[in-house]
Amino acid sequence: VIFAFTDEQRELAATLRRFLQDKSPSSEVRRLMRTEQGYDPRAWSQLAGQLGLPGLVIPEKYGGSGAGPVELAIACEETGRALLCAPFFATAVLAAQALLASGDQAAQEEYLPAMADGGTIATLAVCEDDGAWATGGLAARARRSGDGYVLDGRKSFVLDGHTADLLLVVAQAEGGPSLFAVAGSAAGLARRPLQTLDMTRKQAALSLDAVPARLVGAEGSAADIVARTLRLAVVALAAEQVGGARRCLDMSVEYAKIRMQFGRPIGSFQAIKHMCADMLLEVESARSAAYYAAWAAQDGSDELPLVASLAKACCSEAYFRAAADNIQIHGGIGFTWEHDAHLYYRRAKSAELMLGTPAEHREIAAGYLIEGAAGPA
Amino acid sequence: VEATASSVRREAREWIEQNFDPQLSLRDWLERLADSGWAQPAWPAAWYGRGLPPDLAALAYEEFNRADAPGPPAGLGVMLAAPTIISHGSDEQRRTFVRAVLVGDHAWCQLFSEPGAGSDLAGLQTRAERDGGEFVVDGQKVWTSGAQLADYGMLLARTDPDAPKHRGITYFALPMSQPGVEVRPLVQMTGESGFSEVFFTGARVPASAVVGELNGGWAVALSTLGFERTGLGAGSGIGFRLAAPGGSRLHAQQEVSVGEYIAAAKAQPRSFGTNSTAMIGGNIAPLVSLAAELGRDRDPEVRQEIVRLYALGCVNTWNGLRARAALRAGGRAGAEASLGKLMSSRIARQWRDTASLIAGPRGMLADDDGPLRGRVASQLLATPGPSIYGGSDQIQRNIIGERVLGLPREADPSRAVPFRQLKVGTQAAGEQS
Repeated sequence: VIFAFTDEQRELAATLRRFLQDKSPSSEVRRLMRTEQGYDPRAWSQLAGQLGLPGLVIPEKYGGSGAGPVELAIACEETGRALLCAPFFATAVLAAQALLASGDQAAQEEYLPAMADGGTIATLAVCEDDGAWATGGLAARARRSGDGYVLDGRKSFVLDGHTADLLLVVAQAEGGPSLFAVAGSAAGLARRPLQTLDMTRKQAALSLDAVPARLVGAEGSAADIVARTLRLAVVALAAEQVGGARRCLDMSVEYAKIRMQFGRPIGSFQAIKHMCADMLLEVESARSAAYYAAWAAQDGSDELPLVASLAKACCSEAYFRAAADNIQIHGGIGFTWEHDAHLYYRRAKSAELMLGTPAEHREIAAGYLIEGAAGPA
Repeated sequence: VEATASSVRREAREWIEQNFDPQLSLRDWLERLADSGWAQPAWPAAWYGRGLPPDLAALAYEEFNRADAPGPPAGLGVMLAAPTIISHGSDEQRRTFVRAVLVGDHAWCQLFSEPGAGSDLAGLQTRAERDGGEFVVDGQKVWTSGAQLADYGMLLARTDPDAPKHRGITYFALPMSQPGVEVRPLVQMTGESGFSEVFFTGARVPASAVVGELNGGWAVALSTLGFERTGLGAGSGIGFRLAAPGGSRLHAQQEVSVGEYIAAAKAQPRSFGTNSTAMIGGNIAPLVSLAAELGRDRDPEVRQEIVRLYALGCVNTWNGLRARAALRAGGRAGAEASLGKLMSSRIARQWRDTASLIAGPRGMLADDDGPLRGRVASQLLATPGPSIYGGSDQIQRNIIGERVLGLPREADPSRAVPFRQLKVGTQAAGEQS
């Protein structure tokens, strides 16, 4: 039944929250965001070893937990709440889903087990210089070379692209946009970490010069693979946004209860109380949208393309507003480097612009609602 | 045996199969429905319900709606008065009033707000004074929906002016048909009359009609207000799709057969946005067709706003489903209903603004000359209502802030002062009470 969590699902959330409170406190987030690598390999292997997080949605036959989109949403809500600095989204969401969507069993057998146990960090490289998650008009090219392929061109906005062991790269091949596996250590691959607004989530630019690559799935199948991957990734990101937004609200409410001005807590003033009430409405509505979309994904519902876009639009706007209002409610202290409010503000804006802006997702939804565009086959 | 989704659906279907007959008079059908507990499956089994949790009750309604079966009269009797009396009333009051609203013998109105007591409802001035076995009521109420058709009113009146304002109020079930009660319809800004002023001049109510404790009416009123928030917010839309007419003044309408009633209702679908009680809708269909008709459906701004409206409607529904699922899982509900109430008024504004955006200059026209045959104009005029009635948006935000988020109460220096010494209502600077 929709919106009814099982005991196991509640336990997943509670366990993960405890783990992240312990292993990813603000001090650790701040330490890691200043490193180029951007994550702690020890904490990552604990996340894999103790919680099996990287393999959460990887099928059991490949060493994962075989969980579904609802569990993924639960996990993302917690990682988003903690601003976890780790290659989780790149590996467990983008790369794992792309491999699963490719239907390429040989590639799945080769890559997924090591991704599930945390040994392989993987990512998906779709965007080029404009940052669009689109497979049309790609400048990156693939050409045959002997038994395999080589890739030329540039990729950008690649999550954890500078640290990934495995990069799934979309390039234009003779048969159309296609997905290729490239080793992080491949000859001809140059990787440059990008300077990012949100320092807690690393991105990289790739330069490919005759880089040896292995085709994943059929030539010309990347448009479909990316579309299916994105649908789930958008839901996961929406859930992550809910987690961050709720944390912003919690910070605001905690502070409004203890900050005294004019002889009383500022939360007793309607100017502050009403901001908090509006934040709650936004955040809980966003949560409903993200969960509904996760259940639609779980059930394989035809509604998924529509509700995934609605969720991304809602959650993006709710998170950014909560992050901005959180700074306002904290006043001067909220504007300082020392306070965590700006970390959420940075993440909120960055997540809003990633995987399609709210306006772009509303336009996708408009296609369904106004033109009655057919859902996916 | 604990009820499950499938057992509730099965029982409802079986009961409908054995009892639903379009040849029955509406009256007979309402009696069967009330006595079986299916009219309000979430009410206690002892008082005309079946004691089902709200999410399972919703499934039962789906079965009745599948059969097009009409439900008990919509209105404040079923929505507010009966649940309040079930919670706070005496057994005698429960026997007198609960079934009577379900079968349509009694229609109710809510006699809470006054010219001087709106958001600060506890500042009400209407007084009730003891006279033997009765109370004598004098004063004025306002914004009373359905007052002309009501048989009873949920009356809040001051019974102890020497106590602080919250502690001197009593809740009564007041008979409306009596010489001391005068109802004057008020014309609202839409030009329609959805509510009235009610004047009491020596109106009488028996002492046995006190609901809850004497001077303990505030707690009872909070219950009613809670039911109201739920009813107006995310909890709405759950129940019988088609309601029977109710109240002693509409008794004659219950003589038709159920089948005739359904056919008539289908022939005249309830129009959207034409009066102040039918104004909420994340319903984008009319706006999509208006945009297409006016060649605005490729306009990016129009498209964005239509999707915003649709999304608000969706999340409001999903918030409601989530709240019910949480309730079922043993969580709490109550003040969360304020979220639905706030969202409803926001949806109304988004509908209004999107309609105006699409209509452009045609938005200056109303009624038959106006877009959507006047719906754009009537909705525009109706939209300020939902953010005021049933507790304004500002009051809902106080409730959310204080009862959901646990923020400190707004300071209210008048809370501890005997009512007699308070200033209430609208007074010019320096004016003395």
